[in-house]
Amino acid sequence: MRDVAIIGVGDTKFGELWEHSIRDIGMQAGLSAVSDANIAGEQIEALYIGNMAAGSLIEQEHLGALVSDYSGLSALHIPAVRIEAAGASGGMALREGYIAVASGMHDIVMVAGAEKMTDVTDEEIPTIQMAGGDQQWEGISGSTMASLFAMMARRHMHEYGTTRENIASVPVKNHKNGAMNPNAQYQKGITMDTVLKSPMVADPLGVFDCAPISDGAAAVILAPLDIAKKYSEQPIKIVASAAATDTLALQHRESLTRIDSIKVASRNAYKTAGIGPKEIDVAEVHDSYSIAEIISIEDLGFFEKGKGGPATLEGMTEINGVVSVNTSGGLKARGDPMGATGVAQAVEIARQLRGKGEKRQVNNAEYGLSLNMGGTGGTSVVHIYRRL
Amino acid sequence: MSNPRYWRENPSRYNLIGRRCENCKGVFFPPREICPKCRRKSLGKMKAYKLTGKGKVYSFTIVHDPMPDFTLMKPYIMAMIEMEEGVRLTGQIVDCEAEKISIGMDVESTFRKLGQEGGSGIIRYGYKFRPV
Repeated sequence: MRDVAIIGVGDTKFGELWEHSIRDIGMQAGLSAVSDANIAGEQIEALYIGNMAAGSLIEQEHLGALVSDYSGLSALHIPAVRIEAAGASGGMALREGYIAVASGMHDIVMVAGAEKMTDVTDEEIPTIQMAGGDQQWEGISGSTMASLFAMMARRHMHEYGTTRENIASVPVKNHKNGAMNPNAQYQKGITMDTVLKSPMVADPLGVFDCAPISDGAAAVILAPLDIAKKYSEQPIKIVASAAATDTLALQHRESLTRIDSIKVASRNAYKTAGIGPKEIDVAEVHDSYSIAEIISIEDLGFFEKGKGGPATLEGMTEINGVVSVNTSGGLKARGDPMGATGVAQAVEIARQLRGKGEKRQVNNAEYGLSLNMGGTGGTSVVHIYRRL
Repeated sequence: MSNPRYWRENPSRYNLIGRRCENCKGVFFPPREICPKCRRKSLGKMKAYKLTGKGKVYSFTIVHDPMPDFTLMKPYIMAMIEMEEGVRLTGQIVDCEAEKISIGMDVESTFRKLGQEGGSGIIRYGYKFRPV
Protein backbone atom coordinates (compact mmCIF):
# COMPACT_ATOMS: atom_id res chain seq x y z
CA MET A 1 0.00 0.00 0.00
CA ARG A 2 1.26 3.48 -0.87
CA ASP A 3 0.94 6.60 1.24
CA VAL A 4 -1.83 8.91 -0.01
CA ALA A 5 -2.15 12.69 0.20
CA ILE A 6 -4.79 15.30 -0.48
CA ILE A 7 -3.29 17.71 -3.03
CA GLY A 8 -6.32 19.90 -3.68
CA VAL A 9 -9.64 20.84 -2.08
CA GLY A 10 -12.71 22.73 -3.23
CA ASP A 11 -16.30 23.33 -2.20
CA THR A 12 -19.37 25.40 -2.92
CA LYS A 13 -21.27 27.50 -0.48
CA PHE A 14 -23.78 25.29 1.35
CA GLY A 15 -27.40 26.36 1.64
CA GLU A 16 -30.51 26.85 -0.46
CA LEU A 17 -28.92 27.21 -3.88
CA TRP A 18 -32.10 27.72 -5.91
CA GLU A 19 -30.29 28.87 -9.02
CA HIS A 20 -27.93 25.88 -9.19
CA SER A 21 -28.49 22.26 -10.22
CA ILE A 22 -26.46 19.28 -9.01
CA ARG A 23 -24.50 19.54 -12.29
CA ASP A 24 -23.51 23.12 -11.49
CA ILE A 25 -22.44 22.51 -7.93
CA GLY A 26 -20.64 19.21 -8.67
CA MET A 27 -18.70 20.95 -11.45
CA GLN A 28 -17.98 24.04 -9.34
CA ALA A 29 -16.53 22.06 -6.41
CA GLY A 30 -14.54 19.81 -8.76
CA LEU A 31 -13.14 22.73 -10.71
CA SER A 32 -11.98 24.53 -7.59
CA ALA A 33 -10.28 21.36 -6.30
CA VAL A 34 -8.52 20.83 -9.65
CA SER A 35 -7.30 24.41 -9.65
CA ASP A 36 -6.17 24.15 -6.01
CA ALA A 37 -4.19 21.00 -6.90
CA ASN A 38 -2.48 22.62 -9.88
CA ILE A 39 -3.35 19.70 -12.09
CA ALA A 40 -4.98 19.54 -15.50
CA GLY A 41 -8.36 17.81 -15.73
CA GLU A 42 -6.93 15.12 -18.01
CA GLN A 43 -4.64 13.93 -15.22
CA ILE A 44 -7.65 12.66 -13.28
CA GLU A 45 -7.74 8.89 -13.70
CA ALA A 46 -10.96 8.09 -11.85
CA LEU A 47 -13.88 9.80 -10.16
CA TYR A 48 -15.69 8.77 -6.95
CA ILE A 49 -18.96 10.55 -6.17
CA GLY A 50 -20.57 10.49 -2.72
CA ASN A 51 -24.32 10.95 -3.00
CA MET A 52 -27.10 9.62 -0.83
CA ALA A 53 -30.42 10.19 -2.51
CA ALA A 54 -30.38 11.80 -5.95
CA GLY A 55 -32.89 9.17 -7.11
CA SER A 56 -35.45 10.33 -4.54
CA LEU A 57 -34.51 14.01 -4.55
CA ILE A 58 -34.12 14.81 -8.24
CA GLU A 59 -35.05 11.52 -9.94
CA GLN A 60 -31.51 11.19 -11.23
CA GLU A 61 -29.23 8.19 -10.77
CA HIS A 62 -25.98 7.45 -12.61
CA LEU A 63 -24.14 10.38 -11.03
CA GLY A 64 -20.71 9.00 -11.92
CA ALA A 65 -21.27 9.62 -15.61
CA LEU A 66 -23.21 12.83 -14.95
CA VAL A 67 -20.49 14.51 -12.89
CA SER A 68 -17.72 13.28 -15.19
CA ASP A 69 -19.63 14.63 -18.20
CA TYR A 70 -20.41 18.06 -16.77
CA SER A 71 -16.89 18.40 -15.41
CA GLY A 72 -15.76 18.27 -19.04
CA LEU A 73 -14.21 14.81 -18.75
CA SER A 74 -16.55 12.82 -21.01
CA ALA A 75 -14.09 12.65 -23.92
CA LEU A 76 -11.49 11.10 -21.59
CA HIS A 77 -13.85 8.20 -20.76
CA ILE A 78 -12.51 7.74 -17.24
CA PRO A 79 -14.18 5.35 -14.79
CA ALA A 80 -16.62 7.18 -12.48
CA VAL A 81 -18.87 5.70 -9.83
CA ARG A 82 -21.37 6.92 -7.26
CA ILE A 83 -20.95 5.61 -3.70
CA GLU A 84 -23.91 5.40 -1.31
CA ALA A 85 -23.85 4.78 2.45
CA ALA A 86 -26.66 7.14 3.56
CA GLY A 87 -25.16 10.16 5.40
CA ALA A 88 -21.73 8.50 5.19
CA SER A 89 -21.70 8.44 1.38
CA GLY A 90 -19.07 11.19 1.12
CA GLY A 91 -16.73 9.63 3.67
CA MET A 92 -17.12 6.25 2.00
CA ALA A 93 -16.35 7.81 -1.43
CA LEU A 94 -13.19 9.32 0.07
CA ARG A 95 -12.23 5.88 1.34
CA GLU A 96 -12.80 4.30 -2.09
CA GLY A 97 -10.62 6.97 -3.69
CA TYR A 98 -7.99 6.45 -1.00
CA ILE A 99 -7.98 2.68 -1.61
CA ALA A 100 -7.61 3.21 -5.37
CA VAL A 101 -4.52 5.39 -4.91
CA ALA A 102 -3.04 3.40 -2.01
CA SER A 103 -3.32 0.15 -3.97
CA GLY A 104 -1.51 1.56 -6.98
CA MET A 105 -4.54 1.14 -9.25
CA HIS A 106 -4.65 4.89 -9.92
CA ASP A 107 -2.35 7.85 -9.34
CA ILE A 108 -4.54 10.93 -9.35
CA VAL A 109 -8.25 10.63 -8.54
CA MET A 110 -11.02 13.03 -7.66
CA VAL A 111 -13.46 12.39 -4.83
CA ALA A 112 -16.52 14.60 -4.86
CA GLY A 113 -19.68 14.69 -2.77
CA ALA A 114 -22.83 16.41 -3.94
CA GLU A 115 -26.47 16.61 -2.93
CA LYS A 116 -29.34 18.78 -4.15
CA MET A 117 -32.04 18.70 -1.47
CA THR A 118 -34.14 21.81 -2.05
CA ASP A 119 -35.73 20.61 -5.30
CA VAL A 120 -38.32 18.71 -3.22
CA THR A 121 -40.68 20.18 -0.63
CA ASP A 122 -39.63 20.15 3.03
CA GLU A 123 -42.41 17.64 3.80
CA GLU A 124 -40.71 14.99 1.65
CA ILE A 125 -37.34 15.21 3.42
CA PRO A 126 -38.07 13.12 6.58
CA THR A 127 -39.01 10.11 4.42
CA ILE A 128 -35.82 10.43 2.37
CA GLN A 129 -33.66 10.83 5.48
CA MET A 130 -35.37 7.85 7.09
CA ALA A 131 -34.17 5.69 4.17
CA GLY A 132 -30.84 5.73 6.02
CA GLY A 133 -32.52 3.76 8.81
CA ASP A 134 -34.78 0.71 8.56
CA GLN A 135 -37.87 1.76 6.58
CA GLN A 136 -39.61 -1.61 6.93
CA TRP A 137 -39.42 -1.83 10.72
CA GLU A 138 -38.72 1.68 12.04
CA GLY A 139 -40.16 3.96 9.36
CA ILE A 140 -43.48 2.13 8.99
CA SER A 141 -44.36 2.76 12.62
CA GLY A 142 -43.81 6.51 12.28
CA SER A 143 -40.16 6.79 13.30
CA THR A 144 -38.29 9.69 11.78
CA MET A 145 -34.50 9.99 11.90
CA ALA A 146 -34.98 12.82 14.43
CA SER A 147 -37.16 10.58 16.62
CA LEU A 148 -34.47 7.88 16.74
CA PHE A 149 -31.82 10.39 17.82
CA ALA A 150 -34.32 11.82 20.32
CA MET A 151 -34.62 8.38 21.90
CA MET A 152 -30.83 8.17 22.07
CA ALA A 153 -30.80 11.61 23.72
CA ARG A 154 -33.41 10.64 26.29
CA ARG A 155 -31.52 7.47 27.12
CA HIS A 156 -28.23 9.42 27.44
CA MET A 157 -29.96 11.82 29.84
CA HIS A 158 -31.38 8.85 31.78
CA GLU A 159 -28.12 6.88 32.05
CA TYR A 160 -25.58 9.67 32.51
CA GLY A 161 -27.52 12.66 33.77
CA THR A 162 -26.77 14.59 30.58
CA THR A 163 -28.85 17.78 30.66
CA ARG A 164 -30.85 19.57 28.00
CA GLU A 165 -28.36 22.47 28.32
CA ASN A 166 -25.44 20.07 27.74
CA ILE A 167 -27.04 18.93 24.51
CA ALA A 168 -28.02 22.45 23.42
CA SER A 169 -24.42 23.62 23.84
CA VAL A 170 -23.52 21.67 20.67
CA PRO A 171 -25.55 23.81 18.21
CA VAL A 172 -24.55 26.98 20.10
CA LYS A 173 -20.85 26.17 19.58
CA ASN A 174 -21.33 25.04 15.98
CA HIS A 175 -23.21 28.21 15.05
CA LYS A 176 -20.42 30.25 16.64
CA ASN A 177 -17.92 28.43 14.38
CA GLY A 178 -20.18 28.62 11.32
CA ALA A 179 -20.26 32.40 11.72
CA MET A 180 -16.55 32.36 10.82
CA ASN A 181 -16.93 30.12 7.75
CA PRO A 182 -17.76 32.04 4.56
CA ASN A 183 -19.15 28.86 2.93
CA ALA A 184 -21.46 27.91 5.81
CA GLN A 185 -25.24 27.87 5.37
CA TYR A 186 -25.75 29.77 8.65
CA GLN A 187 -23.13 32.38 9.48
CA LYS A 188 -24.81 33.62 12.60
CA GLY A 189 -24.32 32.87 16.28
CA ILE A 190 -27.26 31.72 18.39
CA THR A 191 -27.92 31.68 22.13
CA MET A 192 -28.70 28.74 24.37
CA ASP A 193 -32.17 30.21 24.78
CA THR A 194 -32.79 30.03 21.03
CA VAL A 195 -32.05 26.30 21.06
CA LEU A 196 -34.08 25.58 24.19
CA LYS A 197 -37.12 27.52 22.99
CA SER A 198 -37.08 26.35 19.37
CA PRO A 199 -40.15 24.44 18.17
CA MET A 200 -40.03 20.72 18.97
CA VAL A 201 -39.16 18.24 16.23
CA ALA A 202 -38.95 15.11 18.39
CA ASP A 203 -38.92 15.78 22.10
CA PRO A 204 -36.38 16.61 23.61
CA LEU A 205 -34.84 17.72 20.28
CA GLY A 206 -36.02 20.96 18.68
CA VAL A 207 -35.41 22.62 15.32
CA PHE A 208 -32.02 23.96 16.44
CA ASP A 209 -30.83 20.47 17.42
CA CYS A 210 -31.24 19.25 13.83
CA ALA A 211 -28.98 19.83 10.83
CA PRO A 212 -30.76 21.76 8.07
CA ILE A 213 -31.81 20.81 4.55
CA SER A 214 -28.98 21.90 2.25
CA ASP A 215 -27.61 21.92 -1.25
CA GLY A 216 -23.88 21.76 -1.72
CA ALA A 217 -20.84 19.99 -3.08
CA ALA A 218 -17.24 19.44 -2.04
CA ALA A 219 -14.27 17.79 -3.72
CA VAL A 220 -10.72 16.66 -3.00
CA ILE A 221 -7.93 15.48 -5.29
CA LEU A 222 -5.84 12.54 -4.07
CA ALA A 223 -2.37 11.50 -5.21
CA PRO A 224 0.42 9.19 -4.04
CA LEU A 225 2.40 11.02 -1.33
CA ASP A 226 5.69 10.63 -3.19
CA ILE A 227 4.51 12.81 -6.10
CA ALA A 228 2.22 15.07 -4.05
CA LYS A 229 4.86 17.77 -3.56
CA LYS A 230 5.09 18.16 -7.33
CA TYR A 231 1.60 19.64 -7.33
CA SER A 232 0.95 21.07 -3.90
CA GLU A 233 3.11 23.12 -1.57
CA GLN A 234 1.09 21.78 1.34
CA PRO A 235 -0.10 18.25 0.68
CA ILE A 236 -2.01 16.71 3.58
CA LYS A 237 -1.25 13.08 4.31
CA ILE A 238 -4.15 10.72 4.97
CA VAL A 239 -2.62 8.59 7.71
CA ALA A 240 -5.62 6.31 8.23
CA SER A 241 -8.89 5.37 6.59
CA ALA A 242 -11.33 3.08 8.40
CA ALA A 243 -14.99 2.23 8.04
CA ALA A 244 -17.30 0.08 10.13
CA THR A 245 -20.94 -1.00 10.06
CA ASP A 246 -23.55 -2.00 12.63
CA THR A 247 -27.20 -3.05 12.66
CA LEU A 248 -29.35 -0.98 10.33
CA ALA A 249 -32.11 -0.47 12.90
CA LEU A 250 -31.43 1.30 16.18
CA GLN A 251 -33.64 -1.16 18.07
CA HIS A 252 -31.10 -3.97 17.56
CA ARG A 253 -28.19 -2.18 19.22
CA GLU A 254 -27.00 -3.34 22.60
CA SER A 255 -26.93 0.29 23.80
CA LEU A 256 -28.62 3.50 22.64
CA THR A 257 -25.93 5.68 24.19
CA ARG A 258 -23.00 4.19 22.31
CA ILE A 259 -22.38 3.90 18.57
CA ASP A 260 -20.23 0.82 18.03
CA SER A 261 -19.44 1.58 14.38
CA ILE A 262 -17.73 4.78 15.60
CA LYS A 263 -15.82 2.89 18.27
CA VAL A 264 -14.59 0.22 15.84
CA ALA A 265 -13.76 2.57 12.94
CA SER A 266 -11.87 5.00 15.20
CA ARG A 267 -10.03 2.23 17.05
CA ASN A 268 -8.82 0.84 13.72
CA ALA A 269 -7.92 4.31 12.45
CA TYR A 270 -5.90 5.20 15.58
CA LYS A 271 -4.07 1.87 15.29
CA THR A 272 -3.12 2.49 11.65
CA ALA A 273 -2.07 6.07 12.41
CA GLY A 274 -0.09 4.97 15.45
CA ILE A 275 -1.65 7.68 17.62
CA GLY A 276 -4.44 8.00 20.16
CA PRO A 277 -7.37 10.40 20.53
CA LYS A 278 -5.26 12.83 22.60
CA GLU A 279 -3.08 13.57 19.57
CA ILE A 280 -6.03 14.88 17.55
CA ASP A 281 -6.05 18.69 17.37
CA VAL A 282 -9.06 19.26 15.15
CA ALA A 283 -12.04 17.03 14.33
CA GLU A 284 -15.08 17.24 12.10
CA VAL A 285 -17.79 14.95 13.49
CA HIS A 286 -21.30 14.05 12.35
CA ASP A 287 -23.67 16.34 14.28
CA SER A 288 -26.73 15.50 12.17
CA TYR A 289 -28.48 15.92 15.54
CA SER A 290 -26.92 17.65 18.55
CA ILE A 291 -26.86 14.45 20.64
CA ALA A 292 -24.87 12.70 17.88
CA GLU A 293 -21.92 15.04 18.49
CA ILE A 294 -21.97 14.24 22.21
CA ILE A 295 -22.02 10.49 21.62
CA SER A 296 -19.36 10.85 18.89
CA ILE A 297 -16.83 12.75 20.99
CA GLU A 298 -17.22 10.04 23.64
CA ASP A 299 -16.94 7.08 21.27
CA LEU A 300 -13.98 8.65 19.45
CA GLY A 301 -12.23 8.59 22.83
CA PHE A 302 -11.95 12.38 23.30
CA PHE A 303 -13.99 12.20 26.50
CA GLU A 304 -15.17 9.46 28.84
CA LYS A 305 -18.62 7.98 28.26
CA GLY A 306 -21.20 10.27 29.82
CA LYS A 307 -18.84 13.27 29.93
CA GLY A 308 -19.39 14.54 26.38
CA GLY A 309 -22.27 16.83 27.36
CA PRO A 310 -20.57 18.63 30.28
CA ALA A 311 -17.32 18.84 28.25
CA THR A 312 -19.14 20.66 25.45
CA LEU A 313 -20.94 23.02 27.81
CA GLU A 314 -17.61 23.84 29.49
CA GLY A 315 -16.10 24.79 26.12
CA MET A 316 -13.63 21.91 25.81
CA THR A 317 -14.60 21.35 22.16
CA GLU A 318 -14.47 25.00 21.13
CA ILE A 319 -11.72 26.21 18.81
CA ASN A 320 -8.42 25.76 20.67
CA GLY A 321 -10.16 23.82 23.44
CA VAL A 322 -9.01 20.33 24.46
CA VAL A 323 -9.93 19.28 20.92
CA SER A 324 -11.45 21.67 18.36
CA VAL A 325 -14.65 20.02 17.11
CA ASN A 326 -16.59 21.08 14.03
CA THR A 327 -14.64 24.26 13.30
CA SER A 328 -16.52 24.51 9.97
CA GLY A 329 -19.81 24.90 11.86
CA GLY A 330 -20.52 21.17 11.57
CA LEU A 331 -23.57 19.77 9.87
CA LYS A 332 -25.74 22.12 11.93
CA ALA A 333 -24.31 25.46 10.77
CA ARG A 334 -22.19 24.68 7.70
CA GLY A 335 -25.15 22.69 6.36
CA ASP A 336 -25.73 19.02 5.59
CA PRO A 337 -26.10 18.19 1.90
CA MET A 338 -26.03 14.52 2.83
CA GLY A 339 -23.64 12.96 0.27
CA ALA A 340 -21.42 16.07 0.25
CA THR A 341 -20.92 16.18 4.02
CA GLY A 342 -18.18 13.55 4.34
CA VAL A 343 -16.09 15.21 1.64
CA ALA A 344 -16.71 18.68 3.10
CA GLN A 345 -15.31 17.39 6.41
CA ALA A 346 -12.06 16.39 4.63
CA VAL A 347 -11.93 19.83 2.97
CA GLU A 348 -12.23 21.59 6.34
CA ILE A 349 -9.57 19.40 7.98
CA ALA A 350 -7.19 19.97 5.06
CA ARG A 351 -7.73 23.74 5.37
CA GLN A 352 -7.06 23.62 9.10
CA LEU A 353 -3.88 21.55 8.70
CA ARG A 354 -2.65 23.91 5.99
CA GLY A 355 -3.24 26.86 8.31
CA LYS A 356 -5.95 28.23 5.99
CA GLY A 357 -8.76 28.19 8.54
CA GLU A 358 -8.89 32.00 8.58
CA LYS A 359 -10.79 33.34 11.60
CA ARG A 360 -11.57 29.83 12.81
CA GLN A 361 -7.97 28.53 12.56
CA VAL A 362 -6.86 26.11 15.25
CA ASN A 363 -3.39 26.96 16.60
CA ASN A 364 -0.62 24.74 15.31
CA ALA A 365 -2.90 21.91 14.18
CA GLU A 366 -0.92 18.80 13.26
CA TYR A 367 -3.42 15.92 13.36
CA GLY A 368 -7.02 16.10 12.14
CA LEU A 369 -9.85 13.55 12.17
CA SER A 370 -13.16 13.28 10.35
CA LEU A 371 -16.11 11.11 11.36
CA ASN A 372 -18.89 10.70 8.81
CA MET A 373 -21.90 8.64 9.85
CA GLY A 374 -24.85 7.08 8.04
CA GLY A 375 -28.31 6.74 9.62
CA THR A 376 -28.17 6.18 13.37
CA GLY A 377 -24.69 4.67 13.03
CA GLY A 378 -25.29 1.79 10.61
CA THR A 379 -22.10 3.08 8.95
CA SER A 380 -19.22 5.16 10.31
CA VAL A 381 -16.18 6.29 8.35
CA VAL A 382 -13.14 7.73 10.12
CA HIS A 383 -10.15 9.36 8.44
CA ILE A 384 -7.07 10.72 10.19
CA TYR A 385 -4.95 13.37 8.47
CA ARG A 386 -1.52 14.84 9.21
CA ARG A 387 0.22 18.07 8.30
CA LEU A 388 3.60 17.40 6.64
CA MET B 1 -45.28 3.82 -0.28
CA SER B 2 -47.16 0.88 -1.75
CA ASN B 3 -48.66 -1.70 0.55
CA PRO B 4 -47.75 -5.08 -0.98
CA ARG B 5 -44.15 -4.76 0.25
CA TYR B 6 -45.54 -4.47 3.78
CA TRP B 7 -48.04 -7.31 3.39
CA ARG B 8 -45.22 -9.82 3.05
CA GLU B 9 -44.53 -9.21 6.71
CA ASN B 10 -48.13 -9.36 7.91
CA PRO B 11 -47.69 -12.55 10.00
CA SER B 12 -44.99 -10.79 12.01
CA ARG B 13 -46.68 -7.42 12.13
CA TYR B 14 -50.09 -8.81 13.11
CA ASN B 15 -49.01 -11.50 15.57
CA LEU B 16 -45.48 -10.53 16.65
CA ILE B 17 -43.93 -13.63 15.09
CA GLY B 18 -40.15 -13.39 15.31
CA ARG B 19 -37.46 -16.05 15.26
CA ARG B 20 -35.64 -18.03 17.90
CA CYS B 21 -32.19 -19.45 17.25
CA GLU B 22 -32.26 -23.08 18.37
CA ASN B 23 -28.50 -22.97 18.76
CA CYS B 24 -28.14 -20.08 21.26
CA LYS B 25 -31.85 -19.63 22.17
CA GLY B 26 -31.61 -15.95 21.22
CA VAL B 27 -34.91 -14.31 20.20
CA PHE B 28 -35.08 -11.93 17.23
CA PHE B 29 -37.71 -9.59 15.86
CA PRO B 30 -38.33 -8.98 12.98
CA PRO B 31 -37.54 -12.43 11.60
CA ARG B 32 -34.04 -13.04 10.31
CA GLU B 33 -32.67 -16.25 8.86
CA ILE B 34 -29.12 -15.99 10.21
CA CYS B 35 -28.37 -15.51 13.91
CA PRO B 36 -25.75 -12.74 14.30
CA LYS B 37 -24.14 -14.64 17.18
CA CYS B 38 -24.09 -18.18 15.75
CA ARG B 39 -24.01 -17.34 12.02
CA ARG B 40 -23.58 -20.56 9.97
CA LYS B 41 -24.40 -22.80 12.90
CA SER B 42 -27.85 -21.18 12.95
CA LEU B 43 -28.71 -21.98 9.32
CA GLY B 44 -31.98 -23.87 9.22
CA LYS B 45 -32.36 -23.46 12.99
CA MET B 46 -34.16 -20.12 13.11
CA LYS B 47 -37.67 -21.14 14.11
CA ALA B 48 -40.83 -19.03 14.29
CA TYR B 49 -41.34 -17.65 17.80
CA LYS B 50 -44.28 -15.59 19.01
CA LEU B 51 -43.59 -12.77 21.43
CA THR B 52 -45.98 -12.31 24.36
CA GLY B 53 -46.42 -8.63 23.50
CA LYS B 54 -45.49 -7.51 27.01
CA GLY B 55 -42.59 -5.19 27.68
CA LYS B 56 -41.27 -1.99 29.22
CA VAL B 57 -40.54 1.44 27.76
CA TYR B 58 -36.78 1.63 27.08
CA SER B 59 -36.83 5.13 25.56
CA PHE B 60 -39.41 7.43 23.97
CA THR B 61 -40.02 10.71 22.17
CA ILE B 62 -42.94 12.85 21.05
CA VAL B 63 -42.88 13.34 17.27
CA HIS B 64 -43.95 16.81 16.11
CA ASP B 65 -42.46 16.75 12.61
CA PRO B 66 -43.50 13.43 11.02
CA MET B 67 -43.34 11.88 7.57
CA PRO B 68 -46.36 12.86 5.38
CA ASP B 69 -48.24 9.59 6.05
CA PHE B 70 -48.35 10.40 9.76
CA THR B 71 -49.29 14.09 9.69
CA LEU B 72 -52.83 13.50 10.96
CA MET B 73 -51.52 11.69 14.06
CA LYS B 74 -49.12 14.39 15.26
CA PRO B 75 -47.98 14.89 17.89
CA TYR B 76 -47.60 11.17 18.65
CA ILE B 77 -45.48 9.10 21.00
CA MET B 78 -42.74 6.91 19.49
CA ALA B 79 -41.03 4.48 21.79
CA MET B 80 -38.53 1.71 21.92
CA ILE B 81 -39.96 -1.16 23.93
CA GLU B 82 -37.86 -3.84 25.60
CA MET B 83 -40.00 -6.95 25.34
CA GLU B 84 -39.92 -9.55 28.10
CA GLU B 85 -38.00 -11.85 25.71
CA GLY B 86 -35.20 -9.24 25.74
CA VAL B 87 -35.60 -8.06 22.14
CA ARG B 88 -36.49 -4.40 21.45
CA LEU B 89 -39.23 -3.10 19.13
CA THR B 90 -39.91 0.39 17.84
CA GLY B 91 -43.53 1.49 17.85
CA GLN B 92 -46.03 4.12 18.87
CA ILE B 93 -47.62 4.27 22.31
CA VAL B 94 -51.36 4.98 22.19
CA ASP B 95 -54.17 5.44 24.72
CA CYS B 96 -51.79 7.40 26.92
CA GLU B 97 -51.05 11.06 27.54
CA ALA B 98 -47.53 12.13 26.63
CA GLU B 99 -46.83 13.49 30.14
CA LYS B 100 -47.52 10.08 31.69
CA ILE B 101 -44.85 8.14 29.78
CA SER B 102 -41.67 7.22 31.57
CA ILE B 103 -38.73 4.89 31.04
CA GLY B 104 -39.51 1.52 32.62
CA MET B 105 -43.29 1.83 32.25
CA ASP B 106 -45.13 -1.46 31.54
CA VAL B 107 -46.81 -1.69 28.15
CA GLU B 108 -48.41 -4.33 25.95
CA SER B 109 -48.81 -4.60 22.20
CA THR B 110 -52.10 -3.76 20.54
CA PHE B 111 -53.30 -4.30 16.95
CA ARG B 112 -53.85 -0.94 15.24
CA LYS B 113 -53.96 0.88 11.94
CA LEU B 114 -50.42 2.01 11.08
CA GLY B 115 -51.20 4.04 7.99
CA GLN B 116 -52.51 3.90 4.48
CA GLU B 117 -51.27 3.98 0.93
CA GLY B 118 -51.60 7.53 -0.41
CA GLY B 119 -54.42 9.91 0.51
CA SER B 120 -57.34 7.48 0.23
CA GLY B 121 -55.57 4.18 -0.18
CA ILE B 122 -55.53 0.77 1.35
CA ILE B 123 -54.98 0.51 5.08
CA ARG B 124 -52.00 -1.26 6.63
CA TYR B 125 -52.16 -2.65 10.14
CA GLY B 126 -49.63 -3.71 12.72
CA TYR B 127 -48.56 -3.35 16.34
CA LYS B 128 -48.58 -0.32 18.60
CA PHE B 129 -48.28 -0.33 22.38
CA ARG B 130 -50.47 0.85 25.26
CA PRO B 131 -49.95 1.13 29.00
CA VAL B 132 -50.90 -1.93 31.05
